Amino acid sequence: MIWASWADFFAMGGYAFYVWGSYVVTAVLMIAEVILVMRRHRATLARLARTVSAEQMRVEGE
Amino acid sequence: MNFLLSFSSPKTFYPLAGKLLPWFAGVAVLLIVLGLYLGFFVAPTDYKQGESYRIIFVHVAAAWMSMFIYVVMAGWSAAGMIWNTKLSDMMAGALAPTGALFSFIALWTGALWGKPTWGTYWIWDARLTSELILLFLYIGYIALRSAIDDPRRAARASALLAIVGVINIPIIYFSVRWWNTLHQGASVSPTMAPKMAETMLLAMFVMAVAFWVYTIAVVLARVRSEILERERNTAWVAELVLEKRK
Repeated sequence: MIWASWADFFAMGGYAFYVWGSYVVTAVLMIAEVILVMRRHRATLARLARTVSAEQMRVEGE
Repeated sequence: MNFLLSFSSPKTFYPLAGKLLPWFAGVAVLLIVLGLYLGFFVAPTDYKQGESYRIIFVHVAAAWMSMFIYVVMAGWSAAGMIWNTKLSDMMAGALAPTGALFSFIALWTGALWGKPTWGTYWIWDARLTSELILLFLYIGYIALRSAIDDPRRAARASALLAIVGVINIPIIYFSVRWWNTLHQGASVSPTMAPKMAETMLLAMFVMAVAFWVYTIAVVLARVRSEILERERNTAWVAELVLEKRK
């Protein structure tokens, strides 16, 4: 086993700032990208549904 | 042939991408977990750099992806210019944000690795500078696309930028050989035996494949939104969005 304890693991042999600074920022950015992409898709679907049904009502009204 | 055609028509590609997406997303998550496990709990401590070297697993994977995505993006751009296919341009456009993200991650983790190993976060070294140019190329590409309203003109202009910018990729890759750089030479290359312990190498490859599958998932999702927006005046999109609403 490489690590004697969890504290040892988090300390990263004195390089905690550099190692966790790399991994945490990477994780935050990648998760943010996934959330943004999913949100955009939902927003697109909702917006198009509004315009399409408005268009339908207009056509039916004529 | 029908299978191949479904990749070029937005109407058939949209549901196909939707079906493939959860599989790529699931595999990406599994591989990231496996890669992190190997990188933090199996790979040994480096005898020279101590634990700081563990940045490699995310740094190299992100740097490889930043270059690979650019080449794929330029490939789709070229395909779009040659065959004038709408979907090619959408694929190229959907790749750019993820490429920019991985270039930024490569630079960020590189800075955090540079400090303890070289004593500086940044230096105008050929490898670092050309990777920074790659980030600017992605940003320029995204800005150019959003600045031109007509999608066909935007596609042509941005495709040209993407194709010309490809010249930067071999410069990044060979920079450590062509110039005397502070950045180390390749740890892994197709022609030489790797200079790393096997478990370290394995963790690095797993992370690289994980990021690759992650990119496919995110790009498929992004291209689906793009398809809906560009095909919004077609009957199939109208049907689809109303169906979703029920």
